[in-house]
Amino acid sequence: MNTLVYIDNFKGEALPASWEAVGVGKTLGEVTGLIFGSGLEALAKTAFEYGVDEILLADDVSLADYRAEVYATTLKQVCADQGCDVLLFPSTSRGRELAAMAAIDLNTGVLVDAVALEANGDKLTVTRPIYSGKVLEKVTCSLKPQIITLRGRAFPKPAPQPGKTGPVKKVAAGSGALTTVDGYTTSEGGVSLTDANIIVSGGRGMAENPTLQPPADLDAKQAEIWRAQQGFAMLKEMADVLGGAVGASRAAVDAGYVPYAMQVGQTGKLVSPNVYIACGISGAIQHLAGMRSSKMIVAINKDAEAPIFKLARYGVVGDLHQIIPALTVAFKKGLGK
Amino acid sequence: MKLVACVKTTPDTTAAVKVENGKATWGDAPLVINPWDEYAVEAALKLKEANGGNVTVISVGGEEARIALKHALAMGADDAVLISDPALVGVDPQAVAHILTAAIQKLGGVDVAFFGRQAIDDDSGTTPAQAARLLGWPALTLVSVIKVDGRSLRVERAIEEGRQIVTAKLPAVVSLVKDSGEPRYPSFMGIRKASKAEIPTWSLSQIGIPVPAAVIEHVTLINAPVREVVCELITGGNPQEIAEHLAEKILGEKQL
Repeated sequence: MNTLVYIDNFKGEALPASWEAVGVGKTLGEVTGLIFGSGLEALAKTAFEYGVDEILLADDVSLADYRAEVYATTLKQVCADQGCDVLLFPSTSRGRELAAMAAIDLNTGVLVDAVALEANGDKLTVTRPIYSGKVLEKVTCSLKPQIITLRGRAFPKPAPQPGKTGPVKKVAAGSGALTTVDGYTTSEGGVSLTDANIIVSGGRGMAENPTLQPPADLDAKQAEIWRAQQGFAMLKEMADVLGGAVGASRAAVDAGYVPYAMQVGQTGKLVSPNVYIACGISGAIQHLAGMRSSKMIVAINKDAEAPIFKLARYGVVGDLHQIIPALTVAFKKGLGK
Repeated sequence: MKLVACVKTTPDTTAAVKVENGKATWGDAPLVINPWDEYAVEAALKLKEANGGNVTVISVGGEEARIALKHALAMGADDAVLISDPALVGVDPQAVAHILTAAIQKLGGVDVAFFGRQAIDDDSGTTPAQAARLLGWPALTLVSVIKVDGRSLRVERAIEEGRQIVTAKLPAVVSLVKDSGEPRYPSFMGIRKASKAEIPTWSLSQIGIPVPAAVIEHVTLINAPVREVVCELITGGNPQEIAEHLAEKILGEKQL
């Protein structure tokens, strides 16, 4: 089987789900890595270390910024020239979009967000969550190439083999640009939610700390937001100690406490960290849908009846505004920081 | 401007969906407009308010599709079209992309086709990019901010790394994420208008395409595995004691 894996990168830095996709590709046989962009020699080197056997590299200034149409056309050409039975993508924003377009360009289908993959001879069957993971479906596609995107953190990341190399074949950049990229505004940095090993998440409860005294010139709503922001700063401190990211429930986002980019749930980000610490989150079904695949869930909530406790391995019924600072200290001590 | 918003009817987000007799069921949970599509309708209405024009909403499906269309009409969309055909059973998202493309072409002169980022039932999120590819229009996906300048659109796309600022000429496909603007609630007058609206139905032959072949084969549906977990409640005399006990437990799981 001729397996191509798209290695999604931003400014030469691969998204971790790309290496997971390489790992999945290796279970099918030899893997050809596809790397598109500009100035990517270092990335190619890393890709070999993660197990790629051969690289097709489209390295051109016209590819410096991701633009769907140019990337899709490049991909179409590569598949036509090199042949392709299986085309794997990480389920990143770019990976999913390119996979969708490739299915049109190559007259086949696309199976998105695989969390498991079975090979039966040449035929691949994918398990994918639908209804936000409330149900799983097994799907397959009889057309070739078989195009699949792989949900991040659903498959193991291969261990890098330092010094492993292989052949790099240059391929031409496609044409057909329909957009121009004017620039980027980057998020505040820190660990991205979808890649995070550990997530500390806050809900409505973050605003409920009566001991804080907001500045006098704030009205009631502003004071509530101010209180919540102090609460989220507390979560950030704990997340930093753990090397994790901070998330939020929809209730916290809708109340204006934190930006939408932090929302975990059915209409936010779907996450699957090793540890998810839910603070002041009751556990609405929409929130649970976004984090139920976390390996271990810890809940801190003042309401003992909160549904979140049904999913939690450990729980504390109590005031998170007292527990969290103490927990941060305890983690620092436990981790020798 | 001639604006289109593509919408779908889905079970409500609070629906407890499970598999019964090989099919997904959600008891008596209501069917609603796909929540992401409300952002698409909202974006279209805002663009109309700023630049004039009209908003047509399109849905592919059976009678249930009218729920999404009526909601969009109640929000303020001008017209609705239902694409319905007995041949459309178990149609997959890629087929829907073909059908919507044909409908947009039949409407003619469309400047922007809006989509929600994904439907919360199938969760594919591929239809906007596929429709754009089929139309030969720029795919401006995952958009959170839109500005129109004459015949060009400047948008901010929500990507993993932050926002990508992109410019494209009209016509274009735009898919919306949540921070593009809260969808308005239907007004009383809007609901009255929508309830009286006659929604025309187009068959596949009327939009001039054959039944798109299903490319995805559905093997089986299974319920998500039940999380077998017993919650161990951590207690103690004071917050410090509880915190230390909890930290010890969490670190003991060796997941960090």
